[in-house]
Amino acid sequence: MNQDILDKLGTQIAAAILKQPGRVLAADQPLITSGMVDSFSLVDLALFVEDTFNVHLDDSELNAETFDTLSQLAALIESRLG
Amino acid sequence: MPTFSETLLHNWRAAPDQVALTILLAGQPDQPLSYRQLIDGAAAWERTLKREGVLPGEVVILIQQHSLELIYAYWGCILHGAIPSIMPFLTEKLLPERYRSDLASLVGITRPEAVITYREFEPEVHAALGEGSSVRTVIVSDTVEPVHAVKADEFAACSGLQRAIDDIVLLQHSSGTTGLQKGVALSHQAVFNQLENYSRTLHLDGHDIIVSWLPLYHDMGLIAGFLMPILLRTPLVLLSPFEWVRSPARLMQAVTKYHGTLTWLPNFAYNFCAKKIRERDLEGVDLSTLRAISNCSEPMRYESHQLFYERFAPYGLDASALCTCYAMAENVFAVTQGGIDAPVVVDEIDREAMQVERVARPAEQGRASVKMLSAGPAIPGTEVRVADEHGHTVPDRVIGELALRSDCMLSGYYHREDATHKAIKGGWYFTGDYGYKVGEQVYVAGRKKDMIIVGGKNVYPMDLEELAMQVPGVHPGRVVAFGIFNEEAGTEDVVIVAEVDTQEPDELNRIADGVRAVVTRGSAVALRHVHLVPRKWLIKTSSGKTARGANKEKYMKEQGIQ
Repeated sequence: MNQDILDKLGTQIAAAILKQPGRVLAADQPLITSGMVDSFSLVDLALFVEDTFNVHLDDSELNAETFDTLSQLAALIESRLG
Repeated sequence: MPTFSETLLHNWRAAPDQVALTILLAGQPDQPLSYRQLIDGAAAWERTLKREGVLPGEVVILIQQHSLELIYAYWGCILHGAIPSIMPFLTEKLLPERYRSDLASLVGITRPEAVITYREFEPEVHAALGEGSSVRTVIVSDTVEPVHAVKADEFAACSGLQRAIDDIVLLQHSSGTTGLQKGVALSHQAVFNQLENYSRTLHLDGHDIIVSWLPLYHDMGLIAGFLMPILLRTPLVLLSPFEWVRSPARLMQAVTKYHGTLTWLPNFAYNFCAKKIRERDLEGVDLSTLRAISNCSEPMRYESHQLFYERFAPYGLDASALCTCYAMAENVFAVTQGGIDAPVVVDEIDREAMQVERVARPAEQGRASVKMLSAGPAIPGTEVRVADEHGHTVPDRVIGELALRSDCMLSGYYHREDATHKAIKGGWYFTGDYGYKVGEQVYVAGRKKDMIIVGGKNVYPMDLEELAMQVPGVHPGRVVAFGIFNEEAGTEDVVIVAEVDTQEPDELNRIADGVRAVVTRGSAVALRHVHLVPRKWLIKTSSGKTARGANKEKYMKEQGIQ
């Protein structure tokens, strides 16, 4: 697992979505099913992922079926980086 | 004056092959639906309700996905003369137990006789109903009678045609435990009066195409984006709210493809669309056909209109299409409409005078000001006045409570005579919103009631406070919820302030996460700000109640928010 991807995602979610900069999120912490990340934030997150990691995400690709934790999201990104 | 059933059947006879609506769902081809298909589908539900022993005049709650089946079932209730009310269905975010208790609170007050739902959700409904419930039958969508092509004479005896114009045709509920306990009951007459007056205001004609992504359990989506187009034969293009929120460009793509002329959006959607749509998703988009985008259902912001206009002007958006509307289910829908015959009036007023003196004084140079968007004049058939605390009308530019009187008011809150009595005084409905008038222009300037509006959804703070109190470590009775405006999002953010004993960082994080999770999963909103404070932080009134306004002020001061 790419630690750099995890760190960037964790920092972004804590600061932009949870409004708790400095908060450290565990890689296996549920984010969507716990209600921490809602559907409006998913759009933000998709934009961030595309811009930061230079990968293409399809329309509404990020949702509760494709990931719930940071490590699942990082794996999704890694698979796109090829 | 006709009824819903007469009008629908008339549309069917007059234009059976006209497309009544086109439903757009991700991963499926666009599906046009003619009046003939709509009637055939609705008739199957009418037969189903008859089979299940539902009687005309009885209330049917619909809990279904945003789908053709929901549309058929709704009109099936109408043709049967039953009273439909749509309730949001369970999303992945909501806790099933929470949904169950919301459903139970609706059922306890409204006392519906039937519920229509989908297979997977049937056990939830039964669990919520319990012993001695008013609900005699839970009808699962897949047990609907087979659809066949109906003939004109089949409807001669249809019980929907026996309804009188002052009978209740539908109920509308808002969200949360509190909202679900207040069903707005509307008569055929009230809805048709609204449609007549509102369509005249909009100059709705045969060239119009309405495009909507709004949910049907909310007045804006139900009336402007569903009933008005179908009853008045204006073609409707219907998107799913769940898909729009994940991909807002769908609205622009639908407008382009179908040459949409009218749409309605809550204020946050202006910011959301302006900021969250990628260039690549706007390829080929042409918004030049839009003649009215009405900002409605939460406080309207000048800045949001500007953002939206700047973002979409390169795609053909005309500035004159930016409209405003003040609406509420209690008036069926629209109370005022601005921006149709003349541009929306912008009134720049002194910020401090508004907040402190409660007067909307035109701004002077060098003083902090607020640009207020006029909601326009009242639509025909509706009068708006501004009242002081004794109910007396105040002069122009004085802020007071907005009150309205119209030919399209609610019949009452269903089975809630107490609430009806409280809201309607001397024929005037007191809205609980603050505002002022300048001539005929109506401006909305805050709320008297504690309600929070997030993304167009009404949220009652007491519902959120009760949820937060369930988290171990939070003092029961020492929690306050309120909304603060988020400039960037164009809507309110929910804040919860809760008193706790601990100061230990890990424990504080655990409690904050607990509050966030229980509120987000137990209500219709995502909670963004949890502020944990030591004992005695919260300000209580002399009677021991939590003073939400005073605590909000204290919080804002502490956080350095203007």
